[in-house]
Amino acid sequence: MSPMQRKKDRIDALAATAGTAGDIPDAGHVSESGGLSLIGSAWLRLRRNPVFLVGATITALFVLLAIFAPLIAPHSGTANPLIGQVTTNHPIPNPQSGYPLGGDNQGRDLLSRLILGSRQTLIVGVLATLAGLAGGLVLGTLAGSFGGRVDTVVMRIVDVMLSLPSLLLALAVATLFGQPSQWTLIIAISVVQIPIFARLLRGSMLSQRSSDHVLAARALGVKRGPITFRHMLPNSLGPVLVQATLVLAVSIIEAASLSFLGLGNPDDSSPEWGQMLGRAQDLFDIAPHIAFWPAGCIVVVAFGFTLMGESLREALDPRNRR
Amino acid sequence: MLRFIVRRLLQAVLVLFIVSLLLFTWLRKLPGGPIDAILGERATPETRAALRKTLGLDQSIPVQYLHFLNNAIHGNFGTSTQVQTGTDALDLFFQRLPATVELSVLALILAVITAIPLGYFAAKRHGGFLDTGSVVLSLVGVAVPVFFLGFVLKYFFSIEWHMLPPAGRQNPDLDATRITNFYVLDGLLTREYDAAWDALKHLILPAITLASVPFAVIFRITRASVLEVLNEDYVRTAESKGLSERIIRGRHVLHNALLPVVTTIGLQVGALLTGAVLTETVFGYPGLGDALAQAFRQRDYAVLQVLILAAALGYILVNLLVDVAYAIIDPRIRTR
Repeated sequence: MSPMQRKKDRIDALAATAGTAGDIPDAGHVSESGGLSLIGSAWLRLRRNPVFLVGATITALFVLLAIFAPLIAPHSGTANPLIGQVTTNHPIPNPQSGYPLGGDNQGRDLLSRLILGSRQTLIVGVLATLAGLAGGLVLGTLAGSFGGRVDTVVMRIVDVMLSLPSLLLALAVATLFGQPSQWTLIIAISVVQIPIFARLLRGSMLSQRSSDHVLAARALGVKRGPITFRHMLPNSLGPVLVQATLVLAVSIIEAASLSFLGLGNPDDSSPEWGQMLGRAQDLFDIAPHIAFWPAGCIVVVAFGFTLMGESLREALDPRNRR
Repeated sequence: MLRFIVRRLLQAVLVLFIVSLLLFTWLRKLPGGPIDAILGERATPETRAALRKTLGLDQSIPVQYLHFLNNAIHGNFGTSTQVQTGTDALDLFFQRLPATVELSVLALILAVITAIPLGYFAAKRHGGFLDTGSVVLSLVGVAVPVFFLGFVLKYFFSIEWHMLPPAGRQNPDLDATRITNFYVLDGLLTREYDAAWDALKHLILPAITLASVPFAVIFRITRASVLEVLNEDYVRTAESKGLSERIIRGRHVLHNALLPVVTTIGLQVGALLTGAVLTETVFGYPGLGDALAQAFRQRDYAVLQVLILAAALGYILVNLLVDVAYAIIDPRIRTR
């Protein structure tokens, strides 16, 4: 684009704003966004951001589905009404009336298990994120609040955790427990997230440390505890909470990966999408649809969380304030 | 500069030391411990005691740790019990390393040659159709589990359409000559072009699958970084001087915007290994990732030790190189 064209565009854009406002601002006019807090102006932008709206809608629908799953699901997740159609040559019952997606290899209704699976998927995602967040908060707050030698030691630990590929770390943690279960899965996923949260929090806490309001509080004689928890931590949480939205998506995918590698929850009485996908792989060549459905659900939900997280991150970035 | 490198090296050694400590503790804490892992659960008390003695498990923990370190330094990790029974774990590592390197390099090349141009043009037409489309694509890429993408590719291109082989590294009937164990390179070196082509065909689907991991990251960093640089005064100056589009793109925008991209590529090593575990398992590709997945499933601790240490070492080395490269480019970093 030529410089001239760019200049023209800029003028056009300026003209357009003046046109919609309808009145010409006088000398005493204060621009509307000028007096808004960061969160206030972020919300103004988010409300009109289609990316955020799509992400938030997907997330809301997913949470509602998870809450009301037992009411929506047409059949039970454990009963096997289609078991008569499971044979060695044809292990997956076809879709039929009453069972629009057919059954799985144990004759259970696939649609019902998908609907019920939303709840367990949400639980695994939320708990793994919360556990990772908690660990990261502890380490990050320690490093960011004390600084100096504590910071060095904590960050070395974090570096070590980051130096192992995430899946390798998760696998190593998962094998520590003799019997894999839903809880070992959650712990394994959350451990991987701890160093990421810790680094993020420490970074924003350190920038708070040298800011004027913390200096003022210290000059007034406020002790380290109140400074950390009332002044530094609340102001540093933004990026961490945004990251948590993204981690929710990652946790759901990671749960699927661990199940696929054979370290998932062996008990499938309460279905979870990652587990369903991980197990469907053996039958992929004969009946790909039983893998496609849980995978599709995971992709849509992970996509929703990612859209929401990314647009939140963009909106809360002070550089994007107008 | 030398001081900077030495300090970085010392830090790397420290991190590696902590990893070895963690690995040692981890091995002791495993359910059943190393005895069960080697003998299985049905061993008699006598054979257990004998093995405890030969393994040195009757000694104190610090002595055991020193033993462990000594063995590790001499490359003595024991023999594989499950993955390739009887093979020395370190030999197994070096046998399989070329396969994973070949796959990762091809995947990284694929990711770089698609993600950087796409990121550049998306930033250039910020908010346009190409920009929105490729951002959505990269977000969907993040949301799709790697192994599922592998299965979908395999299902369509191998099983349904018979275009590419579904598994393995090379057709064993070809009886190709081995020099470096990089099969494509071997085929080119020995002029067995059919062997090279066959090895490449085996690589295409796994490489596309694996490339999806770094692609999304490199694309997003490139786009963000180009967007930032495009707003710089010197780019506007260059434009108003009437410099051609090509010169502005090469000398002013990409030259500055690619610095963070290079760092990101360096940091993808860990992600590539994670991806390789899943990709190689899907495609039955005999590399390190496949060995790792099997070793975890079948509790082959000798192989696990080597692979975990190697993964940490690889990551630390690459980061060290990135840091040093950065310090050479940007003098401000050295003083920190």
